[in-house]
Amino acid sequence: MHLGVSESMRECEYSQISTRSSTPMETPYKKRTPKKRKWEIFPGRNKFYCDGRIMMAKQTGVFYLTLILILVTCGLFFSFDCPFLAQQLTPVIPVIGGVLFLFVLGTLLRTSFSDPGVLPRASPDEAADLERQIDVANGGTGYRPPPRTKEVVINGQTVKLKYCFTCKIFRPPRASHCSLCDNCVERFDHHCPWVGNCVGRRNYRFFYMFILSLSFLTIFIFAFVITHIILSSHQNGFLSALKNSPASVLEVVVCFFSVWSIVGLSGFHTYLISSNQTTNEDIKGSWSSKRGKDNYNPYSYGNIFTNCCAALCGPLPPSLIDRRGFVEADVPQLAPPTNGITIYGSTQSQQSHTSTADMKTLRVVVLASLLLILQLSSQMARGHVSTASPASTIKSSTIKSSTVSPSTIKSSTIKSSTVSHSTASTVKSSTLSASTLSTMTAASTVKSSTVKAVSATAS
Amino acid sequence: WRPPLCSSKVFIQRHYSSGTICKFQTKFPSELESRIDEQQFEETIQTLNNLYAEAEKLGGKSYLEGCLASLTAYTIFLCMETHYEKVLKKIARYIKDQNEKIYAPRGLLLTDPIERGLRVVEITIFEDRSIGSGR
Repeated sequence: MHLGVSESMRECEYSQISTRSSTPMETPYKKRTPKKRKWEIFPGRNKFYCDGRIMMAKQTGVFYLTLILILVTCGLFFSFDCPFLAQQLTPVIPVIGGVLFLFVLGTLLRTSFSDPGVLPRASPDEAADLERQIDVANGGTGYRPPPRTKEVVINGQTVKLKYCFTCKIFRPPRASHCSLCDNCVERFDHHCPWVGNCVGRRNYRFFYMFILSLSFLTIFIFAFVITHIILSSHQNGFLSALKNSPASVLEVVVCFFSVWSIVGLSGFHTYLISSNQTTNEDIKGSWSSKRGKDNYNPYSYGNIFTNCCAALCGPLPPSLIDRRGFVEADVPQLAPPTNGITIYGSTQSQQSHTSTADMKTLRVVVLASLLLILQLSSQMARGHVSTASPASTIKSSTIKSSTVSPSTIKSSTIKSSTVSHSTASTVKSSTLSASTLSTMTAASTVKSSTVKAVSATAS
Repeated sequence: WRPPLCSSKVFIQRHYSSGTICKFQTKFPSELESRIDEQQFEETIQTLNNLYAEAEKLGGKSYLEGCLASLTAYTIFLCMETHYEKVLKKIARYIKDQNEKIYAPRGLLLTDPIERGLRVVEITIFEDRSIGSGR
């Protein structure tokens, strides 16, 4: 009757409260936890904005540089050179410039913000099944075998499929694992820091259109700024022409240095598209005839026109990672990695019910690593900071959805956080939005702070 | 509907011999031998493969869609579905249909590959509940 007993137990929905931290589903309190979207528990190192609509790599500094360079140069062009050119030559020039500029910006944002074709990681069942199959193939030796590969014949060429230890899948042909984003990407071309994202199957055409239109824009601006200076110097002399519009000098310099690299890159990618290769394959020389007489590209359609059409106008597959979908209730949830450190701990929603015993056991484990993170003026997105020591000081940091206890928070912006069990905690000059200050003792002080929608309980 | 206690899963992996297009292996897994006809299974997988091929097909229609999309700076997809998405919906309907008619009566459940990132076709095998002396 073993099965019968467990059946009835299930039906009563009796579940023992575990002393270890548990998922919200198992607590008998039946608290209505807000459903999480899949991007919030995404295991890669990507950053998400606008509730999962925008997806970028972790390092976005260079992307902002690209954006600033384009905006400033074009801004200067439209303000200083266009009035002159529109008058002297034709008003069509600023119009064409404007169209090019908008196109460049559009394709840049599209490349940077979209999913390049990330392959979601294998579910635990799949990974276990694959491991079993590989063990069987290796004779079940037990110890970890060397890197696994599978060979497959595509269009007459033998291609090796590698097993990705991080994503626990056999990578499809042409896919590669990006170490910066920690994802396997389909038809991986390269990781471009200038656009702040990987370039893969889903955004390659936007990337190509971006660099192509940027080449045209750069050449356009360069040519017309030179024209402006020449025409202006006919009227007033060369030096006074330069003095009258110093912005033109800056534009010429920027365009001159950009033109070589951007036009070169466009040419390179035009070659890649027409031969249906990725940057990855070209650099490795995978399909080069130098490797062997019979070595050819099995993915090429044979003629340049079809290759170009396929790359630029082919069907656009949808994103496989479903960023904005909701997480299924029965999927076990781990706390998402924070600055590379995965913290398995109490989640935000049940913070107020966590016992002090729990806090103390977690404190030792988490303390050392957290102190380092907290004392840097770092951005913590969705971090779970529990049991910070009394000495920890969080200065000028942005903490979102965190739980901070006995600590000093200065000049910080805390959004949607739960500050609980704060004894003698001082919250100075901070902005607390929609936060819950619970069980703050009498010694705790909230100075000069803007508290919005706060529910202060037992303070 | 609560699923029975015991279930195991079989994964049908991708078949890459035709390149990068989405195609699943039609090899009949041994775990399903007692449950379903080999022919039936192969027909399901083959239909799925054909549907995915249709989604990724290069042809006049997809080129037209691609050109139109790039001319409108892809804003057209705010109101229109891509061809690929339309076919994915068709696939979802087909799988639901297959589950209702063929697989569920045999204690099997097909999971739409899109929910597994197009990596595998997951088939859940539900064990017979009358195992054991429980009545």
